[in-house]
Amino acid sequence: MRYYCRPTLMEVFSAAMGVPALHLQNLGKTYSNGLIALRGIDLTVQPGDFFGLLGPNGAGKSTAIGIISSLVTRTAGRAEIFGHDIEKQPWEAKRRLGVVPQEVNFNGFETVEQIVLNQAGYYGIPRRRARQNCERYLRELDLWDRRKLVSRTLSGGMKRRLMIARALVHEPRLLILDEPTAGVDIELRRSMWRFLEALNRTGDVTVILTTHYLEEAESLCRNIAIINKGRIVENTSTTALLNRLNTHSFILDVDPLANAAPATVDGFVLRQVGPQQLEADVQRDQSITQLVQALAGAGIYVRSLKNKANRLEEMFIDLLQQDASAGNGQEA
Amino acid sequence: MYWQESLIALATLSRKETTRYLRIWVQTLFPPAITMALYFVIFGNLIGPRIGPMDGYSYMDFIVPGIIMMAVITNSYANVVSSFFSAKFQRHIEELMVSPAPNAVILLGYVSGGVGRGLLVGLIVTLVSLIFTQIQIHNIWITVSVVLLTSILFSLGGFINGIFARKFDDVAIVPTFILTPLTYLGGVFYSVSLLPDTWRIVSMFNPVLYMVNAFRYGILGSSDIDIRVAYSLILLSILILGATALFLLRRGTGLRA
Ligand SMILES: Nc1ncnc2c1ncn2[C@@H]1O[C@H](COP(=O)(O)OP(=O)(O)OP(=O)(O)O)[C@@H](O)[C@H]1O
Ligand SMILES: [Mg+2]
Repeated sequence: MRYYCRPTLMEVFSAAMGVPALHLQNLGKTYSNGLIALRGIDLTVQPGDFFGLLGPNGAGKSTAIGIISSLVTRTAGRAEIFGHDIEKQPWEAKRRLGVVPQEVNFNGFETVEQIVLNQAGYYGIPRRRARQNCERYLRELDLWDRRKLVSRTLSGGMKRRLMIARALVHEPRLLILDEPTAGVDIELRRSMWRFLEALNRTGDVTVILTTHYLEEAESLCRNIAIINKGRIVENTSTTALLNRLNTHSFILDVDPLANAAPATVDGFVLRQVGPQQLEADVQRDQSITQLVQALAGAGIYVRSLKNKANRLEEMFIDLLQQDASAGNGQEA
Repeated sequence: MYWQESLIALATLSRKETTRYLRIWVQTLFPPAITMALYFVIFGNLIGPRIGPMDGYSYMDFIVPGIIMMAVITNSYANVVSSFFSAKFQRHIEELMVSPAPNAVILLGYVSGGVGRGLLVGLIVTLVSLIFTQIQIHNIWITVSVVLLTSILFSLGGFINGIFARKFDDVAIVPTFILTPLTYLGGVFYSVSLLPDTWRIVSMFNPVLYMVNAFRYGILGSSDIDIRVAYSLILLSILILGATALFLLRRGTGLRA
């Protein structure tokens, strides 16, 4: 049986009233050394969302998560979790939040099981229920067989999974993960994705994650905010963001060419990169079918094709460049 | 957080702290037993008979309460400062900070660990002392309450030290340069009535003197000072240190960026 996770009547009511899972208002942070990490962030994440927070190194993502999870004191603005101010109603806010930090922060001398059980205890969950939840999440995250191991002997990927189990043991309604898949192998990354998707699909858990893998954001997140130098520079749905890309470049493997490929066919720009490889740009109003047909008309047969770069990656670089040229780049 | 949840959180943290010092008993429980046994052998057994009676008691009997108290003070303090500092250092203090456990629970949880270890070591040293001498307890209530309150007080001290500590050196500074001198000069090994006037007056500013004497009164029934003064001093210090610790936790000193 779920303990905290099942929405209470009050929460169903507040969801109906449009109370967001996370609401940041003009959130600011100036570190004691004078460094301005956040310059007034406004962000609203709706209940049930799968939200991506992207941004280059040092953008302020972990700082924002630190403030939301009471590990960093804000210097301006406010933060609310399901309508509860994190400072004025800490109990109401904190019990609804689970955090997976960017860096390992458990006691390396405790066992996997102790770490998860103790965390449940800090949330005031009775021991019996804590054991049930602990078993459930350790099993789901494939750590149950290692529950008696001292945590510092775990591999990097297991440590991440342990931190996810620890963040979920009190059944939070909002789960924030700071780069959960950094340094995790492909197979494990995929299984984490499936796990998070399944968790989110129940509708009870809102997920926010930061990542530097844009294909991860593209495949997981419904909405994305991009943060750069302490400012939100973009906040929209993943589809809307992708739709804004005007050109997609593809790399085509083709049958050996008798002559050099033409520079354009039927309005498609081509670049030859090797004896059997071409690059083609496809505009928004063009389709791949048209491209393949046009190439076939010119006697070029396509064997396979792939995206030149991750689409979101191009968008991302574009946005950051625009932001820098808009004059937000250089100030201290 | 509601009462029930707070109690569960406190029980969890207490259990964790207790498990910690029991798990590393070779570092936490064993050394004081050895050191204090040496004190009994050297000062009590070998040198003691040449010193003769102190305040009307054999020298061995005179130093037993002081040595027990010394062990309680050092171990209560050391437990909290090292446990709390390493939680900060390894960052698992964040587990508590993200949780809704109130600051009072965090403080009480760590203090309970210090008190647990302090009293356990005190008991071990008492048992060791029984090898050397037979002590009759004059007043069990005074004995127990003084040792408990002193243990709470120094656990609080260790906690505040842990909050301010930034590196491992900071954990050792206070015990070495403040705690040890205060205990050695706190009437553990001698009665202040033996001191010249000036030094006796200076000694009166040493808080440890009051605790050692109140405890000695509980066991032997003799004291250099008024034990009501001792109680007031200990209780007042607990209040001040407790409030300071809560204030620092609230401000996030040494914890939150
Ligand atoms: N404790 C601190 N004291 C001073 N400055 C800090 C502190 N923590 C972070 N910063 C600075 O704040 C800025 C934002 O850091 P933050 O960790 O939030 O970035 P991030 O977006 O999480 O980056 P990454 O993707 O590398 O994890 C950086 O310039 C960083 O150097
Ligand atoms: Mg970060």
